[in-house]
Amino acid sequence: MNTHAAAEPLVTPGPETAFERPNYLNAAYGLRSWLLTRDHKRIGILYLISISVFFAIGSLFAFLMRLELLTPEGDLVQPDTYNRLFTMHGVTMVFFFLIPSIPAVLGNFLVPLMIGARDLAFPKLNLASWYVYNLGAIFTLWAIVNGGVDTGWTFYTPFSTSFSNTHVVSTALGVFITGFSSIFTGLNFIVTIHRMRAPGMTWFRLPLFIWSHYATSVIIVLGTPVIAITILMVAAERLLHLGIFDPKLGGDPILFQHLFWFYSHPAVYIMILPAMGVISELVAAFARKPIFGYKFVAFASMAIAVLGFLVWGHHMFVSGQSIYAGTVFSILSMLVAIPSAVKVFNWTATLYEGSISYQTPMLYALGFIGLFTLGGLTGVMLATLGIDVHVHDTYFIVAHFHYIMVGGAIMAYLGGMHYWWPKISGRLYPGFLSKLSALLVFVGFNLTFFPQFILGYLGMPRRYWAYPPEFQVLNVLSTAGASILGVGFALPLFYFIWSMRYGKRSGDNPWGAVGLEWDTTSPPPTENFYTMPVVTHGPYEYNREEVHNRMTEEKTLG
Amino acid sequence: MNPELPFFPEAASTVAGDVDVLFITWSVISAFFTLLIAGLIVYFMARYRRRHPEEVGARERTALWLEVAWSVIPLLITLVMFVWGTRVYFKIYRPPADAIEYTAVGKQWMWKLQHPEGQREINTLHIPVGQPIKLKLTSEDVIHSFFVPAFRVKQDAVPGRYTSVWFEATKPGVYHLFCAEYCGGEHSRMVGSVIAMEPQRYEEWLAGGAGGKSMVASGAELFQQLACDTCHRAADNTGRLVRGPALDGVYGSEVQLASGGTAVADDNYLRESILNPNAKIVAGWQPVMPTFQGQVSEEQLTQLIAYVRSLGAGEGTAAAGGTGGPSHGPLDSAGGQIDSPAPQTAGPAKPEQQ
Repeated sequence: MNTHAAAEPLVTPGPETAFERPNYLNAAYGLRSWLLTRDHKRIGILYLISISVFFAIGSLFAFLMRLELLTPEGDLVQPDTYNRLFTMHGVTMVFFFLIPSIPAVLGNFLVPLMIGARDLAFPKLNLASWYVYNLGAIFTLWAIVNGGVDTGWTFYTPFSTSFSNTHVVSTALGVFITGFSSIFTGLNFIVTIHRMRAPGMTWFRLPLFIWSHYATSVIIVLGTPVIAITILMVAAERLLHLGIFDPKLGGDPILFQHLFWFYSHPAVYIMILPAMGVISELVAAFARKPIFGYKFVAFASMAIAVLGFLVWGHHMFVSGQSIYAGTVFSILSMLVAIPSAVKVFNWTATLYEGSISYQTPMLYALGFIGLFTLGGLTGVMLATLGIDVHVHDTYFIVAHFHYIMVGGAIMAYLGGMHYWWPKISGRLYPGFLSKLSALLVFVGFNLTFFPQFILGYLGMPRRYWAYPPEFQVLNVLSTAGASILGVGFALPLFYFIWSMRYGKRSGDNPWGAVGLEWDTTSPPPTENFYTMPVVTHGPYEYNREEVHNRMTEEKTLG
Repeated sequence: MNPELPFFPEAASTVAGDVDVLFITWSVISAFFTLLIAGLIVYFMARYRRRHPEEVGARERTALWLEVAWSVIPLLITLVMFVWGTRVYFKIYRPPADAIEYTAVGKQWMWKLQHPEGQREINTLHIPVGQPIKLKLTSEDVIHSFFVPAFRVKQDAVPGRYTSVWFEATKPGVYHLFCAEYCGGEHSRMVGSVIAMEPQRYEEWLAGGAGGKSMVASGAELFQQLACDTCHRAADNTGRLVRGPALDGVYGSEVQLASGGTAVADDNYLRESILNPNAKIVAGWQPVMPTFQGQVSEEQLTQLIAYVRSLGAGEGTAAAGGTGGPSHGPLDSAGGQIDSPAPQTAGPAKPEQQ
């Protein structure tokens, strides 16, 4: 995307002096300048720090679980401890890492940059969202430190309301409060994308990252209030003994499942849609080619957002729900797979006649496509009623959703972090080490979770602290994979921090990518652009003369 | 694990083969598409690798026929698989007419199982091979789930209502029984086994145990003890006031409610009528029945319902049940949470169902 200079640039950009130029990082110093910032880029960094802490906590729980499952006997921790581990792993990873990960870090940083705006529509609301997130995090952390919670991240009733002796209300309240931070972010994105696009930035010139964040925001704003109400009802039954879900008090336990999954299934799309947006950007940038079937990919995001609200009952095929309801939810769940398939085919077709480079972000992106394909296809298998009955609540489910959430969402998040890190920090990270980490994540991930598909079909139920000895071989493989995966995840943490001080300066556009965010300096100035951009063409147009000219001037990464 | 095929589970029920064929077909389709995408990616990566730093990709291309093809072909495949999968699902949940009803009550952290003849077991269920068995499930506390991998069946046991599933073992053996729905502290120890035996040996086993009274006989006894019969009886000439409807022929029939509308008198209806009598009043009667909540256990409830069922099914049903006693005959399969093709009450209206 080119920018027409309406006036002379205030500062003459030059790669040699890039870091000394005013940017959002050196605009102000001190803790106060960060904690009271209204700059969307700085708020993105604040979120990055918060969610990284939760990712580390959640990973630690996962690590302890995998250690326990090395042997069939429960010998490392007590069953009550194990139950708390998988619950807190799920709660921290879903609500405090995956849901905010891409939107709150990359989305916050990039949405205004990509559409040519100076900031989000409501900068104060954006900062408030980070504080609200942390307030919720305090409640959940308090519960974790004080012994944790053992209901599973699904909080199924009547166990959570009448039977569990752990900190259910505090944990749930944390989730409740954090939900508002999601709503703030979603609202901000919707208004920003509608109202603050640069001149000439029409809807069909928006990068697909923006389309997918728009679709995500719609789900967040419509769905999150439902989980908030559901949590309040759980608290009301637990604290005040109002009969809502517990049949002994006159309630209906299945009602909870309907309400919970009405949010929590769309929540899966809150996690995966932004990931798909990232992948569209990466594939276009590293194939240097427009995304094949741009409009189909854009509308697929919207279709997923709408259909995603109509499939919650597929979590309840064996709950005693009417088999006719099961039939309807089955077919609707299969329909939602079609737009996902359309995206996968279009990404693959984009590679055709591209100019493909094997930089680290692209390795993550291609890994995503493969893993997401398998995760998606096993999802359609699960939507098939006759199969779901057998594999429901087994490790097959665990494997499936980790293929979507780790193989999908986290691969995309890491790919995005590697792609935009030079934009965020102005620095490069080590090439070999980062490619090694991408490889370790891919190999470790598959070794961890593929055996779990087999375990699930063999009949090993999830959330088991001890298991029959014939399942051991596959569990050992899975634990071995998890340790490789752990190394793959730890590496970027170290070299990103290292690169902030010691990394080579990246220049403004180390990838030779197009897009408004690459038209400004790296790191960008607080106001994002020295001159407001005017957009004259669609995204990803690499076959233009000015792009050719720029390519030959700029050094590209080796 | 099956010794011949270490990564495939043993199949020991009439539906297991159907589920396996469906699963293997889907796995092949999934493998095909995953390898197709992965293969194309690897090929394109090699074929179109960047050869010099300034190189860019081709101009934008669109191909409507391609978009249509890769939308419609997956759609058609999933539609076929949907129909197939739904047929298998219906087979898993619609018990055949000659299924014998056993009951299972989940409780933190055990399965309490009872045979129609009255035999009780904990965490172990002996069944005859070749006999369809309908399992009626409920729970005393939280949600549990009855899962026998070798049979490929699973059904949640939900407190406050009945659900059901059926299976027919095809070969003798000892099979894992798991609780599949997380139910608290000792969830992973809520495991047991289903022991399928040749019918002959099953009868011997049944005769050897301290069988006790049959479900129906226990229910009849409770019916007296709890004084249900003082109100629920046919009018006679003793002059006693009749305050409740007689229960002969009620089971499975459609009853007229005082609030208007009708309800099918299935297991869940009877359960509610015992525990929460005023929820649905039969037309023509006063809401005078006291609740029996807290006075009858889950197991006693199932015995009472077995007794009411033994009093005869709704008119129009084909002489099902008989009048009590342990029965291997065709018990009426109406009722249960899951759909039941009950004759004469074929409407889907079962208000207490989710």
